[in-house]
Amino acid sequence: MTVWRQAAFLLGFQLRDELRTGEVIAVVIPFGSIALLVIPMAVGIETTLLASIGPGMYWAVVLLFGVVVTQRRTATSNPSHRDALVLLGVDPAARFAATAAASALLLLLFEIGVGLVMIVLYDPVVAGWGWLALVLPLVAAGLAMLGTIAGSVTDGGGALAPLLVAPLAIPILLGAAQATEGLRLGTGILRWILVLALVDVVLALAGVLTARVLEESSR
Amino acid sequence: MVGGESSTTGDGNKSQFAIRNSQFARWRQVCSCRQRAAGSGKPDLFLPAAGGPLLLTLAAMPEDPIVAVEGIAVRRPGALILRDVSLQVLPGEAVGLFGANGSGKTTLLRVLATLTRPSSGGGTVLGAPLGTDAVERVRPRIALVAHDPALVANLTLGENLRLLALLAGRRVDDAARALEAVGLSGASGRRAAVCSNGMRRRAEFARVMLAEPDLLLLDEAHVGLDPAAGDLVARIVESVTGRGGGVVLVSHERERVGSLIDRSLTLADGRITEPGR
Repeated sequence: MTVWRQAAFLLGFQLRDELRTGEVIAVVIPFGSIALLVIPMAVGIETTLLASIGPGMYWAVVLLFGVVVTQRRTATSNPSHRDALVLLGVDPAARFAATAAASALLLLLFEIGVGLVMIVLYDPVVAGWGWLALVLPLVAAGLAMLGTIAGSVTDGGGALAPLLVAPLAIPILLGAAQATEGLRLGTGILRWILVLALVDVVLALAGVLTARVLEESSR
Repeated sequence: MVGGESSTTGDGNKSQFAIRNSQFARWRQVCSCRQRAAGSGKPDLFLPAAGGPLLLTLAAMPEDPIVAVEGIAVRRPGALILRDVSLQVLPGEAVGLFGANGSGKTTLLRVLATLTRPSSGGGTVLGAPLGTDAVERVRPRIALVAHDPALVANLTLGENLRLLALLAGRRVDDAARALEAVGLSGASGRRAAVCSNGMRRRAEFARVMLAEPDLLLLDEAHVGLDPAAGDLVARIVESVTGRGGGVVLVSHERERVGSLIDRSLTLADGRITEPGR
């Protein structure tokens, strides 16, 4: 069985598990929205200021809550289940790909949900909304892969995983913030999209190539 | 390698003697297994076809034991969990592993499952040397039933088994059949999280049936099972040994597993203190 086929099976069942748990939809998205709501309460209802800081606040919330999404309970299977997958001969790269893909889909859902809240609360002026269809998935994929690698390094997440993700996510956050700023100012954003794509490719290679080593080193 | 086969005395004669000694010891174990098989009604895996001579029997027997480890030690920060453990499990043999809490039984099972790398010592599991990449090839032939069930809590028992069947390259129907075989066909749609311990344990045995392992490692197999399900454990153990596989069964209850095993070992403080019977 190919790695991709194994990953596809695992992804399907992980998403089904998440759908029943509802951790992201019922918990993380509402709390992310509340975080966005708190900021206008702190800075006051000055619409020009809110419109200019909105995208930046949005990406900060995506980063902080995105780590929670990648370290959700359904992303870290119990040790016995993990052992069973190892004994079945499931390729560690397939496990990485499935977990990262599930996290990316959920992060995209989170980005869209919280993004709608941001638009309502901050009313940002953004030209070229269509570009977001490219930026959002690239950011979701990057954060998902970074979170999955951090979860493997820390063997199931814990307090250490978010601390690992936050500094390493700076290129993603920078690319995302600069891309939306470019959209707001009407300047070119292609180079920032390329930065995001490059970071994603590097993370994908790192995740696939280190999956086996990380799994074996935990034994 | 075990039983003197890797003896590196530097003296050719001594080495030859060690090899012969090892082969003789294995032959004695095979004969002993045959005697027990005859007494227990288990299939005799070493019976020569059409009553051939014993020499033919030995030639036809599988060359390698299922498990052959020697001098295994597992160290963890501040603790030596296993020390100098040697164990051999022959084809068709079920070995009971007893010992108090913390004696290292579960760690030894994990070493045999190739899930824990020994700090020192070595040997082979299903012919693959421990600590090498070769173990990846034999892992699908190993099944481990651990303390905690290998089930995803929010998936139903049926979904859990289907996932494992698909990953094992089996048909989805096989998952349903395995659940039926362990008496859980009616609970296939129930989430693992809301099943009783006994039901989850039965689902674990369904997983074993799907895997059809050559090496079955059971950690407290009877925990959570009602007396009627005890027969299920026996059937699974016999199906593995009957195919020429090996079973290592960890338990606190000598009386309950006594009839399932060919010999027993006792671990104390990470060391085997009672080698066989």
